[in-house]
This record gives sequence, C-alpha cells and structure tokens, in this order.
Amino acid sequence: MAYAICTFCGNVCDDVEFDVNTQKGKKLCALGLAKFREKERIKSPMVDGKEVSYEEAIEKAVEILVSAKKPLLYGWASTVNEAIRYGVLLTEKVRGVYDQCASVCHAPGTLAVIEEGIPGGSLGAVKNRADMVIFWGSNPLEAHPRHPTRYSVMAKGFLIKNRKDRKVVVVDVRKTKSASMADKFIQIRPGYDYAIISALRALAKGEDIEADEVGGVPKEELAELAEEMKSAKYGVIFYGLGVTQSRGRDRNVENAVKLIQLLNRYTRWIIWPMRGHYNVVGAGEVPAWEVGYQYGIDFSRGYPRFSPAEFSAVEMLLRRDCDAMLVVSSDPAAHFPRKAVEHMKKIPVIQIDPFPNMTTLLSNVVIPSAVAGIEAEGNVYRMDGIVLRVKKLVDSQYWSDEKILHEMLKIVEEKLEG
Amino acid sequence: MLWIKNGIVIDPKNGIDGEKMDIFVKDGKIVEESEVNKNECQVIDANNKLVLAGGVDMHAHIAGSKINTGRTMRPEEMRIVRQTAGKLRASMGRVLLTSPAIGYEYAKIGYTTAVEAASPPIGSPHTHEELDAIPVVDKAALPVFGNWHPVFKFTAEKDREKLKAFIAWALERTKGFGVKVVNPGGVEAWMYGGNVRSLDDEVPNFGVTPREIITELVKANEELNLPHSVHLHCNNLGVPGNYQTTIETMKLVSGMKNDDRQVLHVTHVQFNAYAGSSWRDVASGAEEIAKVVNSMDNVTIDMGQPIFGHATAMTGDAPFQFTLHKLTGARWSNKDSEIEGGAGIVPIVYLPKNPVHALQWAIGLELGLLVDSDKVVLSTDYPNGGPYTEYPYIMAMLMSKRMREKELERVSPYVQKATSLAAIDVEKTLYEVVQMTRSLPARVLGLENKGHLGVGADADIAIYNINPAEVDPSAQYDVINAEFRRPVYTIKGGEVVVRDGAIVAETWGRTYWVDARKKVDMQAIDEDLNSFFEYYSVERRNYGVDDYWMRSPERLEVN
Repeated sequence: MAYAICTFCGNVCDDVEFDVNTQKGKKLCALGLAKFREKERIKSPMVDGKEVSYEEAIEKAVEILVSAKKPLLYGWASTVNEAIRYGVLLTEKVRGVYDQCASVCHAPGTLAVIEEGIPGGSLGAVKNRADMVIFWGSNPLEAHPRHPTRYSVMAKGFLIKNRKDRKVVVVDVRKTKSASMADKFIQIRPGYDYAIISALRALAKGEDIEADEVGGVPKEELAELAEEMKSAKYGVIFYGLGVTQSRGRDRNVENAVKLIQLLNRYTRWIIWPMRGHYNVVGAGEVPAWEVGYQYGIDFSRGYPRFSPAEFSAVEMLLRRDCDAMLVVSSDPAAHFPRKAVEHMKKIPVIQIDPFPNMTTLLSNVVIPSAVAGIEAEGNVYRMDGIVLRVKKLVDSQYWSDEKILHEMLKIVEEKLEG
Repeated sequence: MLWIKNGIVIDPKNGIDGEKMDIFVKDGKIVEESEVNKNECQVIDANNKLVLAGGVDMHAHIAGSKINTGRTMRPEEMRIVRQTAGKLRASMGRVLLTSPAIGYEYAKIGYTTAVEAASPPIGSPHTHEELDAIPVVDKAALPVFGNWHPVFKFTAEKDREKLKAFIAWALERTKGFGVKVVNPGGVEAWMYGGNVRSLDDEVPNFGVTPREIITELVKANEELNLPHSVHLHCNNLGVPGNYQTTIETMKLVSGMKNDDRQVLHVTHVQFNAYAGSSWRDVASGAEEIAKVVNSMDNVTIDMGQPIFGHATAMTGDAPFQFTLHKLTGARWSNKDSEIEGGAGIVPIVYLPKNPVHALQWAIGLELGLLVDSDKVVLSTDYPNGGPYTEYPYIMAMLMSKRMREKELERVSPYVQKATSLAAIDVEKTLYEVVQMTRSLPARVLGLENKGHLGVGADADIAIYNINPAEVDPSAQYDVINAEFRRPVYTIKGGEVVVRDGAIVAETWGRTYWVDARKKVDMQAIDEDLNSFFEYYSVERRNYGVDDYWMRSPERLEVN
C-alpha cells in the first residue's frame, strides 16, 4: 500500500493509500477507487485510426495546430499544472484560443469574483472554525463524497469538537442525498436562488419583506435562517452548480457574495464554490498568472483577450469559429451540445487523454497519456486553491501530459522560427 | 565574458562615488581584470554613462495566491498590452502584471532581484510556481509567521528552542527566505471578527500579545542568525494615530545588535505613519518615525510610497482589507488559511485631489527624505502603493525639491496642512538613491553578492544614459525620471537582457531559500508538528515544497 493523493474530484483527498498490484485502496471513496483501478486504456498513439509512435503523433498534431487559422485548445481540468502551463504557452504560440471545463460549469462564479470579489477561506479554516455550514445547490455526498467527513460536517478542528458544535443546512430544489445529513433542509423552487438570497439580505439587515413567501420558502423560515446566520460565529456557504447553472447564474453568486459581505459586519462568514474536477482550479490559476485570465482567452492578435461566451469552447464551436481543436483530459463530445459536437466532427481534432471516451471516436490524432496521480506527478489545486503535489505510484509506458505538451511546444517553436 | 569600459560607477557598498572605471564579467560574476582575456570579451562602451549594480526590490507582491486572485478579480488590469507574443512572451498588465511581465518590467528599469514579501506557508508551492514563471530576475519568498498557531504556542510557552526549530522547519518546507510577520495576532482575532489594537491586546484563545510575538520571533531569528532579520508589517496598519504603535514596535528591539545588518525591518512604513485620531484630522507621523529610526542603529524601513493612479491592496492583514472594503465599497476578496493566518485583496485608486491619498503620497516621500539613506529602502509595496515601474519617479522626487514643488501644485492642499513635505529642503544625491535601491536592500536581505559591483558580486548590472558629472538631478529631474526607465543595458548574471530600454533576451534567475536546520534540534518539535497537523486539512507528509519541483533553487545554509 502506497501513500497516494486522489485525482478524481475537487476534494483532492491526500490521506488515501493505493496498491497498484492488488488494486486495493484505503480511505478512497467509491469514485476515487474507480478512478485508481485499472480500466480500458488507449493503447497507442494514433493518426486517423492508425497506430503510430509518440513522435509521429506529435508531429501530426503540431502540423494541425500550426496550419490552423484559429485552433481551440480545450480541457485541462484533469491534468497537472505543469501540463497546463505548456498548454497555455502553446496556445499563445499558435495564436489559438484557450478554454477550460469551467466555462461549462463554475465560470459564472469567476464572473461573480470580477463583480464583487470572493470572501473565502481554506477547507482547513472550515474544519477548525465553522459552526454553521450551508450547502447551496451542491450535493457533496454524491459529488464530493468525503467532503463532509474531511472538511465540513463531521470534521473536528480547533474550535469544533464534534458534529453537535455545527449546524448544517442544505438548500436545494430537490431532496438530495446530502439533505439527509443536514440539521435543516430548505427546498426552494427552481430558479429562485437570486430572490431568496435578496430576501435573506434584507432580513439580515433587519428590514422587512413584503412577500409571505419567496421561491416556495415561507418568510418565517427565511427570517429564522437569516437570524441563525447572523448568530453563527463562523459560517460558510458552499455553493454548487445548482447556483451557477440555473436562472441568474453569475448574478446568483454575486448576490450571495453580497450577503456574505453583509454578514461579516456582524460576525464571520465565507463562501466558496464546490469545484468539480481535481485540478479545475489549476486550469484557471495557471493561465491567470501566465496571461492574466482564467478561461475564454483568445490569442489571435498576439496578445490575450478575455471574452466569456465569445471565446468559450461551446460558443466557438456553435459559431464554427475554430478550424482545429486540441482536447486535453476532457470529453466534450459526450458533454457539449449536439450542434457544437457537429462542428468538432468537421475539423481536425487532437486528443490527449489516458482513457478512451466519446471524443476519441471523432479525433484525428489520439495521444494516450499517463494518469496523473498514479503514473505521473505534478501540482494540482484543490477546490479551495490549496496546492498538493499528486504522486507517481508506478512507472508507465505512457508519456505524461507534461512531456507530450512540452514536446509539442518545442516543435511548434522550431516550426514557427524556422 | 564582458568588458564594461569607461563607465562612471556609483557603488556605495564599496565606497565608490562616480569614478570612471572598467568592470569585467566572467561566468556570471564580477571579476578582476586579470581574470579575463580581453580579446574574447564582448566590449560594452559605457563612456559617460552611469554604471550601477542591478536594483533589488526587497518587498513586492509578485507571486502566489494573492496576486493571482487579484488578476482574476480585475481583468480590467490586463487590458494594457506591453508586448505582443513573438520570440518573447506576451506581456500584459496595467499595475497588476502577468508573471512574464513582472520579470520584463523589472529588467526594463534595471532591477534584477525581487522578493515576494508575504507567502501563505501552505500556499508556498503556488508561490514558487509563480516565481518560476517570472523570467530574468533572481527571487525569494518570505513565508508569513505572525498568526501561525505554533508561533503563538511556543511564544506562550516561552520555549525559544522550539520556536527556532519551528522556524527552521517552516523555512525548509516552504523554501522560504526569512521570517515575515503581518499584523501579529490581529489576523487570528479577525477569525472572530476582531483585530488587535495595541501591542498588549491578547490574541483570542492563546493568551499572547503582539509585543511577545514580535519580541520572541526577533530573538529566535537572531539566535538562528538568518541572513535577513524579522520583516514586520506592524499592527494597526491604515489607522489614524498608528505612528505611535509603529514607534513603540521599533523600540521593542532597543539594545539588540547584529554586526551585519538590522535586527528588525519594518516594512511599507507609510501605511503605519499616520498621526491624528480619525480620517478627519489625520496627519503625518513621518517626522517622529524618522527621528526614531535615525536614532537607532538596528532598525531599517522601506517607504511603501503610493503612486497616483490605480493600485490593488493585497496583504496578509485580512482585517485591514475588510475595513478598506467597508470604507471604499470596492470589491473584496478574503482568504482565511488553515491555522496560519489570512489575507485580503481590495482594488484602490490613489487620486491626487483626494486629501487622504495626497497625504499618503506625501508621507511616503517624507520618510524617504527624512530617514538616513542607509536606513530607508525605496518601495511602493507593489501593488499596494502602486507599480514598481514608477521607481524612477520616486528616485527623481527624492533628488529634486523643484520637482516636488511642481507635483505639490497638483495635489490636495490638505498636504500643506497635515505634512511638512513642502518645507523639506533635503535633496538626496545620486549616491544616496543608489544606496536606497541597491546596496541597502541587499544588506537588509543579507544577500552579499547583490547590490554592489565589487569582485565576487553577481554580474547584475544596470547602465543608464546619465553622466553624473553633467546632470544636475535637482534641476534636471526629468532626465533622471526618464533615463532610469530606459537603461542602455541591463545585464543579469552576465547576460545582456535589456538594450536601450527594450527586452532583448529572456533568461531565468534563481530562487534563494534559507536552510537553518543545522542550528536546531528538529526532533524536539516532531510531536508538536504532529499535533498541529490535526488542525490542517492536509497531511504533514504532503506539506511544503521539495527543491526538485523548482526551476532553479539555491539553498543558503546557515551555520
């Protein structure tokens, strides 16, 4: 059994163990164990379905990227920072567009950061101090199974000695599995997050609201919640896609941040998104320091421009605005709208991924890679931005994403300068 | 090999003030003439030009989660295109810069070393990833200690040996350079919505005071004999009347001595130099502070000079950042960090006509003028006071009363009432400004091969089109202000990186870190560390940075 760091979800649990020989794990949740266990792999690099060497596949991939007018380089949430960095540099060199998975999930939260900032804290701050935890439109038991035990519900810390020291509230449109662990479940009508948050802001300020109920929640219940929030010593809202992908999107988050700003005038509160993939945070942080923005970045003018919904992947594909695509550690063919995937079928697509998926089927160049956290190491950012270096447990015949992208970058530089 | 010919050298560490001389470079170092074969040298004609050591920025926020959250929060900062991508990287940013831009812009003003002044310890791998992405300059990072629970505990127990071992452990794990302290005790109080207001306020749950935390950390730092002293951001930052806390804090080290350097560096003092009792009667406390610093031989400061225009406040002083957010209504990011402290980020713009901003601007200059030039380092606390790219403006202002008079005409008249700037006749000499930007910051940091041009120094050299024999900085302040922005050459580690103000090559510097483990018994804190990690959300074995992850680490061992 070797110490490992899990590379499945944004929890990035670093207390787990795994034995590659017996395929057994310790402390891994079902999702993490499934990620770590052997499964079907892409066997070899391929060009147009024909098995080739890494060098040949990379050569072909570079040819596609260099000859494209506007290539889209997408994915990045399930690889390490070192690979992402080469990806950003590569995009800058070929004057393409960099976008990452957040543009179809938590990017509205980034827009809210631009509007209001993000009053947050690390998961350790929650574990040590939070006596009130609200999961809003997020379902940790199913999406981040060990979040409650490690960080937020059962976790014991500096001021929180046991579960009784903590009040847990789940706000959602349906009674999720996570609702069962809460002290209080508040079921809201879909699309009413914004209105409910506004009501809570008014009530917390001591103002009255004219309606008897908001979004299906009686005023009395909202008033009680507002009061509980004000009297908590240290509270946290963990929001999920229920907030970012429903009516209001970034405005919902922005409103929630304003509620947190207000609550900090009475006591301490923080808010944080429940980020999904294990390094989707890194897929935004790395381009932020290299080129200034987190996603939706176009380099066609030789410098980065940020315009969400213009340079985000789905919109690029729907407008047929890219003439080649590189997909790294992601499966847009399975998750993007049908019309977007139709354009993918018409342009050359390069895939870098350890595992075959729907995108493999329409890719012209397929480059298999080592699994980060099992076969390759590198830095990743947990959902709260805390950095962990995932481990290499076993040698592999596969090249790491980092090595593949570094080679691609070197050859692109040679071609462009030559 | 380089032969820099006929330059006019100012090198305060070696007592050289405007001598015409040649400088020879081999393998990235400055060497004796006899060491090089002149036929093989690239000759650089520095005739009638000013030759200086590369500048050293000892306090700037250039890497890690704070500046990166700042970039994310402020895409409007990224719309300034400094350079499009080509052979070199695209370079972006107004005041907040991308990592490539940070390195390029330092080189473009002749600076070759920069220190990240506040790294959250658990975030150190992120800090080093960003430092590794900054080209050209040599770098280091200061992890933040002043609100870390183990520091409270060992201070409360008065167990200096354990505190020293903890510092050595932390510097190794974070690949840190020295002991940074930010609002000691105040950030822990912020976890309960509070702050500390005096050196004797107790930190909730720990029964220690800022006075004890600072004193114990300074003593531990001195017993470890680290290259750099404790680097302190005082309590009560940004509060009218705070100059008294600052003076009281400086006096904590009275009687302590170190032959090589100060025992306490108090940073961005402008933000801690306010007299008065509220924002209505706020005034300058700079004169009082200058008197104290000048009378002590073991305290240094840096200015924290505000530059009119955009800036972004980002500090480990989380409660102050919340206060600023309430004051201005601007966006606010906050990050409470495990058991280590916190941080906050708030955009700000300094307006010349705003009485408070003008006052801050004047106080920074007063400090730079009134404090002896071997005790005050030039800084803007980038990006808190503004961009370091404006250092040439500050240099010119310090050297010219005429320039100050002209600038005073455009700022709020409140400055006339609340400061003595207009009455200050001091005009720093070129030699003194070189001290404040080169030799002094290198000495403050304890970097022996930086900030001077003696044999053995790193070949970090800046050559400017200024002839000290002909230019009168007092009258020709516009020449000073312009020429320090476009070095004829910047040479980093013996390689020419800037020519006539433009980047011509991308090189990669080193990252210094300090290893003091030999000086302590690391076993003594092993059990304590295990119990601290009960309160972390990561395992002890996964905490920190290994040097093989870094691009070019350089370990400085303390013996």
